[in-house]
Parts: sequence; structure tokens; C-alpha cells
Amino acid sequence: MPHVLLIEDDMSVRDGMELVLRRRGHEVDAVASGEAGLELLSRPCEGGIEIAVVDLMLPGIDGFEVCRRIRGRGQLPIIMLTSRGDDRDVVSGLEAGADDYVVKPITGQVLEARIRAALRRAGPVTRTDSDDFAGLVIDRAGLTVTKRGTPVPLPPTELRLLMELSAAPRRVFSREQLLELVWEHDFLGDSRLVDAAVGRLRAKLEDVPAKPRYIQTVRGFGYRFGPL
Amino acid sequence: MRSRKGSSTERAAGTGAPATGARAAPRARRRLPRLDGLRGRLIITVVVVALISAVTATGLAYRESREAVLKRAQNAAVDDFRSLVEGRAAEFDVPTDPRSMARFATDISSGLHGSLVVARYRDYTASSDPSADRTRITPELRAAVRTHTRVSLQRVEYGGKPWLALGAPVGLEAPAGRGSPGQPSGVEIFAAVSLAEEERDTAELVRSVQGGLVPVVLLAAVLALLAARTVLRPVRKLARATRRLATGELSIRVEEKGHDELAELAHTFNETAGALEHSVGELREQEALARRFVADVSHELRTPLAAMTIVSSVLEEDADQLTPDTAHAARTVSAETAKLARLVDDLIEISRFDARAVALTVHELDMAEAVRATLAARGWTDQVVADLPPGIRARLDRRRLDVIVANLVGNALRHGAPPVTVTVRAADDRLTVSVADHGPGLAPEVARHVFDRFYKADSARSRSEGSGLGMAIALENARLHGGTIELAPPAPDTGAVFTLRIPRRTESAS
Repeated sequence: MPHVLLIEDDMSVRDGMELVLRRRGHEVDAVASGEAGLELLSRPCEGGIEIAVVDLMLPGIDGFEVCRRIRGRGQLPIIMLTSRGDDRDVVSGLEAGADDYVVKPITGQVLEARIRAALRRAGPVTRTDSDDFAGLVIDRAGLTVTKRGTPVPLPPTELRLLMELSAAPRRVFSREQLLELVWEHDFLGDSRLVDAAVGRLRAKLEDVPAKPRYIQTVRGFGYRFGPL
Repeated sequence: MRSRKGSSTERAAGTGAPATGARAAPRARRRLPRLDGLRGRLIITVVVVALISAVTATGLAYRESREAVLKRAQNAAVDDFRSLVEGRAAEFDVPTDPRSMARFATDISSGLHGSLVVARYRDYTASSDPSADRTRITPELRAAVRTHTRVSLQRVEYGGKPWLALGAPVGLEAPAGRGSPGQPSGVEIFAAVSLAEEERDTAELVRSVQGGLVPVVLLAAVLALLAARTVLRPVRKLARATRRLATGELSIRVEEKGHDELAELAHTFNETAGALEHSVGELREQEALARRFVADVSHELRTPLAAMTIVSSVLEEDADQLTPDTAHAARTVSAETAKLARLVDDLIEISRFDARAVALTVHELDMAEAVRATLAARGWTDQVVADLPPGIRARLDRRRLDVIVANLVGNALRHGAPPVTVTVRAADDRLTVSVADHGPGLAPEVARHVFDRFYKADSARSRSEGSGLGMAIALENARLHGGTIELAPPAPDTGAVFTLRIPRRTESAS
């Protein structure tokens, strides 16, 4: 079963979440600080960790920094746990590279659903061919993206978003559609997730992120891939 | 908050309209002198006082000088008359005849510059001018001459002009010398001397005084103006400062100049403003503390609530395997925890509004789609009749629109009666979203407080699902968009109708 790294400084919340996740069959490593979590990730024998759930307010290095450091070394899916739903905190967390965020308090069912959705994004996509879009090669079988021969490492959410958009070039997707396709939120979700992921993708793919070629905004409707 | 000057002192009135022109504009008319104003009253009073004193002084002076002039003329006339009469009396025989009487009269008349002279002896009357009107010689004068031996005189008005009527008995000889007539001869002599010239002189005096009256009144008006300014300028400054104080500019102070009553008033004003500023500052501080307290408490509650929520979800999942009592307890704890979590969420949201720490995240969206998503997300699609014309687009904060619509529909479903309808309409640059139910509507007392925080229409329902903050939050969200939420006035056959009115395009700034 999925191996979860849980970084949460409050003992009761940590214990409660650990309890919920274990009961659902997850293997859980629960730590109280960002430093401990990062150390655990860097240990070779603990390499089985598949997803990180990170609290935003932490003693020592905070959740944003933990997020940035995890992104710096790999593509591990990250769910950010915020104690407050302030836009500023949420947006900062997403920009630091989180794939999803949940606002506390949260029930076991919702946490489980979010973790499963995030893990599914990291799994294989249905179509298995390779497309070349003016130098941007998207290999759906190998789950890799290269730009003019250079590999572009993408975390699962961004990869999934790119796959969904590029599977139907020129088709306009609304934020809500993308939220459902990529994040599998079947309830009223938050378009900030989509905007943040598009922003990160552009930063990695586009030559001039302010004038995107690949992922274009259709004002008032959403996003589309191309036309190139 | 409006920026405030550290310790602003009123500028001099001479700088014209105050810098805050918009507020002062309607007061511009007071710069014109108004007769019913303090200044007008002061000027009128001073001018009237000056006029009264000038007229009185002129009147008195005129009377005195006229009297003096006439007296002198009179004395001269009496002296002339007496010496003429005494001089001619010697040549006069008694009993006399009309001819000598007429000559006598004519002689005296020529000595008196042609004045009318009348001589009487018994039944004879001789006149220097027989055709002249002799009414100037009044019976009183005649009586006086009969009883006095000296010259009698009377001032009379004749033909609109002042005259001096003189009369004396003519004595036969004057052994005791001048001024002491001798034996009465029975002849009486009268003369009417014109005083017109003297009257003209005094009239000239009045005219010159009248000419001086106008400059005096003007001078008085100018002095009154100056006096009014010295008094009114500080008063006006105080009035302006009071107005600014009333609009919340609590740091305003006025200049305290001199040691008069106005300075005292300015001092009192400054003290009052200082005290007001102090207490308002304290109140604001207390309010800020209270708000921060609510926010802090809410945030502190979040962490234990997070633990309780996640653990109670375990309890609820396992409830089926517990004994009925324990299962009931587990479900109750879980439900109450969820309620508490929602209340804390709402409290945090409202304290964010109070701290003005909310910002809009605006996206272009399709209204029909957005409202449908709100209904679907809460499982209300089957309970609500939605009238959502396609193609209405708007730039709004989607999450906040969701909060508003969810609150309105949720309230209608909870407190109203089905069918509940949601209607979206657009007109020009504004949108309306109406939520109507078919219940009994809201009592006026309830309607008045429906947007109040923690207001519960029915005390028996005080433990309802809502936190009591929902409508207040919905209204704050509407206002954040520059919109309103209104409750339609009660009408027959309809229940409560809440209408959100909101601009179609909202800017991203908070």
C-alpha cells in the first residue's frame, strides 16, 4: 500500500491522521518537523515513500521550504495541509510546488480521497503514444517530456495536466474541467490549483513564460494547448 | 483609514475655501455677508447707533445754535427798536393826530430797515405800510405792551417764516435817562422784524451737518465690519474645526490667541477635541483588541478541531460495530465537531472581513454554470428550481459567489418552504441572483435583523445547523464585489425573496 510521509507538528493531529491512514492500509511515517521529514526522505532505506502530506506552519523550516526542497530533489507528490485558508498561504504553497492543498480541519475520507487522487496522477495515463509539438516531445508511454532534446522533469500533477491538455490540442478546457480531469475533485473545487499548476508548467516549458506558446489562456473560458 | 495630520491647526480664513473642497463646497455661500448673520446684525446695530447719536447730536446742536443766533438777532432788534422809539418819542406830542403817528411809524420803520411798524393811539392805528397784514401783532403782544413799560417781544411764524414782533408803550419824556420810560403817552408802537436771514444761517448749518452724516455712517459701517471680523474670524474658524471634528478628523485643533472669551472658547474646544480623540482612540484600540481576540481564539481552536475532526471520522466509520449507545455518542461527537468546525471557519472568515484582510480573486465565469455547480456540490439540484439563462457571463470571485448563493439557498431550504427557486438575470452592467421560497416569509422583526451576526429568528431554533454568521458573511462578500443583498418587502403568495445585486465586472483589488 502507498507509503505516506506525514509532517505535522501538532501531536494530536499527527496521531489522528496517522490512525486514519493506517486504518486505510497506508504505511505512515509521521514526523513533527520539516527537518526530520527531509532527513527521512534522504535516507536510502526509506526510499519507498510515495507521497508527502506537509503542514504549512511548522517549527524550524516551514511547509513552503519543505515543499521547495522536496521539489528540488524529485517528483514526489505533495499535499499541503494548511491550518488557515488564507489565499496568500494557499497560493504560496501551490507556487512552492505543492500538487494539492487541504484546509484543516479535514475528515479521514477527504484526506484519503485527496491522497488517492494525487497518487493516480502519478500513475500511467491511458493513451500510450508520443507526440512532438515543435520541439516539445511528450512521451505518454515513458511519462517523460523533453524540449529540444533536453529532458524536462515534471511532478505528477503538472505532467498529468500537460498530458490532458496536449491530448486535444486547440480544445479549450475550463478550469473546472481541468480540476475534474487532473485533480479528480468531483466537488466544487478551487481554480487556484489549476492556475498555479499552469503557472509552474509555463515556467518550465515556455521560452517566454509571459507570452506562452504551448499553454494559452482563453480569457473568460480557460486554457488550451496551442495552436503552435 | 484616512490619513490624519499629526496636529493640524486651522489655517487663516484668508486662504479661502479649505483644502477639503468637496465637503466645504455647500458652505461657500456663507462667505457672502448675510443680513441675518451675526456680522449683518452687528453692522446694522453699529450703523443704527451711529445714526442715532449723530442725529441726536446734530439736533441738539441745531437747537442750541439756532437759539443763540435768534437771541442775538432779537437783542439787536430790541436795542435798535428801543433807541429808535426813545429818540423819536421826544418829537412826539400827545394827544396826537393820525398824520404824526404815521410819520412816527414810517420813521421807525426806516430805522429798522423797512420793517413793518404799527403805531396805535386809542382808536387810531397808523402803519408804515398800510397794505401790510397786521396779524403779526398778536393780541397777546398787545396785552403785554399794555401791562409792561418795557419792550415786549414775541416770536411768531408768518408765511412760513420766523418773525420777531416787538411792542412798547411810548413815554413822553425820559427824565431818568435811557431805559426808563417816562410818563406813558397812551401810544403803543409795534414792529415786525424778519428773522429769515438768521433762519437761513442756521439752516445752512444743518445742511453742512447733514453732509457730514453720510461719512460718519459709512465710517461706522467700516468700523463695524472690522469689529465683526475680529470677532467672527475666530468664531468661523471654530465652526469649521467643529465640522471637521464631526467628520472624524479628531486631531483638529484651533489657534488660541489672546486672553479673551474667544480664546477661552478655543481652549475649551481644543480640550474637548483632545478628550474625544483620546477616548475614540481607546475605543478603537479596544475594538481592535476584541477583533484580534476573536481571530486568535478562532485560530487556536483550529488545531484541536483538526485533531477532533479526523479522530471523530474514525469513530463515525466504526459506529456500526459499536453498541447502540456508544454509536449514538460517536455520531453526536462527530456531528457536533463538524458544526464547531464550521462555526470556527465562519468566525475566522468574519474576522478577516473586520480586519479588511480579504482580497478578491476574480475570474470570468458563466453564471449558469457557477450556480449549477454550487447546487450540485451541496446535493441541492433536485430540491431547487433553477432559472438560469445560458450565456450570462461575469467577472467575479467564484468562491465568494458560491458562498453567497449557498447561504441564500441553504437558508431558503432550511427556513422557507418548497419550491425554492433560483433566478439569474442580467441587465447592462449588473446581475441579479434571486432566491425565493414559498414559506410564510419573514416577520418584520426578523427581516430587520436577518443580516445581523448570530441572529436567530427563533430562539427554539438556536441550535440549528447554521452558525448564525452565514447571512452576515454573504452580505460582506456581496459588498466586497460592490454589490448588495436585499430582502424583498413581504407580498401575498410569496415567501422570502432575497436578491443579490452585483456588478458584472469586479476589479481584482480588494
